[in-house]
Amino acid sequence: MATETQSDGLADAIGVDLAEHASTPGMPQLDFSTWGNQIFWLILALIATYFILSRVALPRIGAVLAERQGTITNDIAAAEDLKAKAVEAEAAYDKALVDARAEAQNIVAQAKADIQADLDVAISKADAEIAVKAAESEKAISDIRASAVENVKVVAKDTAKEIIAAMGGKADAKTVTAAVTARMKG
Amino acid sequence: MATETNGAEEGGLVFHPMDQFEVQPFFGDGAVAWYTITNSTFWMALAVLATFVILVLGSSKRSIIPTRMQSVAELAYGFVYKMVEDICGKEGLKYFPYIMTLFMFIVCANFLGLIPTAFTPTSHFAVTVVMAMAVFLTVTILGFVKNGTAFLGLFWVASAPLALRPILAIIELISYFVRPVSHSIRLAGNVMAGHAVIKVFAGFAAITIISPVSVVAITAMYGLEVLVSFIQAYVFTILTCVYLKDALHPGH
Amino acid sequence: MEGELAHIGAGLAAIGSGAAAIGVGNVAGNFLSGALRNPSAAAGQTATLFIGIAFAEALGIFAFLVALLLMFAV
Repeated sequence: MATETQSDGLADAIGVDLAEHASTPGMPQLDFSTWGNQIFWLILALIATYFILSRVALPRIGAVLAERQGTITNDIAAAEDLKAKAVEAEAAYDKALVDARAEAQNIVAQAKADIQADLDVAISKADAEIAVKAAESEKAISDIRASAVENVKVVAKDTAKEIIAAMGGKADAKTVTAAVTARMKG
Repeated sequence: MATETNGAEEGGLVFHPMDQFEVQPFFGDGAVAWYTITNSTFWMALAVLATFVILVLGSSKRSIIPTRMQSVAELAYGFVYKMVEDICGKEGLKYFPYIMTLFMFIVCANFLGLIPTAFTPTSHFAVTVVMAMAVFLTVTILGFVKNGTAFLGLFWVASAPLALRPILAIIELISYFVRPVSHSIRLAGNVMAGHAVIKVFAGFAAITIISPVSVVAITAMYGLEVLVSFIQAYVFTILTCVYLKDALHPGH
Repeated sequence: MEGELAHIGAGLAAIGSGAAAIGVGNVAGNFLSGALRNPSAAAGQTATLFIGIAFAEALGIFAFLVALLLMFAV
């Protein structure tokens, strides 16, 4: 602390200083005359602080902290609930989607089956009609063919008689018919 | 450390590092009686007021989302609460308001004392000795009330070899009674030394060439003092918790 | 003369503060080396650190006390 300029005057200075503070030692902390005062006011200050803290401040802050903890816990619980609900809703949505899809498939299958049935009926009906018509036609054709064969036979007999007559021969009707029939078969 | 006066005529170096700790009447002059309102009283009252402002006004809104002041109040509350709970256990929480009182008073007095020209009540042995003795007496009485004579087991180290136990008992006994001394002088000594060092550096500022260095040194010391103010309050509180734990669970 | 001897004694007692500084440095240094090895365990041990520092410092405080007594009480 002391510099070289001080060394001479130091003792004097301390002497003067001590003389000035004759009533008190060098350290104010060790001046016991003020201790009573400080202790009195300190105890008062500590009691005041204690009552401020224990009556007002600490219960209030404790309550606020507890309330916040409660709010956080509740919020977390609510969030969990909402999350569960969201999962549920998603599951329900998925289920509805699957159901709808299945139903749609059912409807499509049903429609296909109906159409198939209608088609089958229509086809069979058409087949039947066609068969009837074919039979009719066949009959008509066979009739036509039969009548045609008859006509051919008649024409052939007539022609054969005429040819025979023209050739001067005498046509035996029975023989001609037999001959024509034999030829027609061959 | 003594108050040294070199006189302005010899280079202008004036050191009064201890003058800042003098207890003087706040109004007028005269002797300091036990009821006199002194500068010490004034700064103690400010410390109580600061505690009130931080903890009561700060938390007055009781909001779930805290304001800045409420955050500070909650931080202080949580800090001391956790300390008490960690060291003393659940039973110690009954004494949480006492410990919180000590912590808030010391921390406010220390920080207010850092204001230039302020007076620091915690730099006086009178203040810290009373607080340390209060802790010591509380712990001793509480220890005997809670545990009866089993509290003396604190001095009888059962885990040590039998031959060593009487010696250890003497050492433990001495260290037990020395606790309030170190407890009180640690706080006052740290605060006083820091303030005195700042004053000494301020004295050097009278020399023009050194003054920039002096200002830098004061700034650095001031930063250190801010740290020390808090740490000493913390140490005082944590030692109170440790002593209280001895009273509640005397087993080693 | 006696007062001057007391001042010298006070200065010698102040060496004890330096010894306490060594002790505190030991505590803090060992804490730091341990904390760097296992940082996850460090946070829980800060209270122990401060208690250890306080106990180491207590003996330095006695040196300070002796110095004070020599300076002002003898």
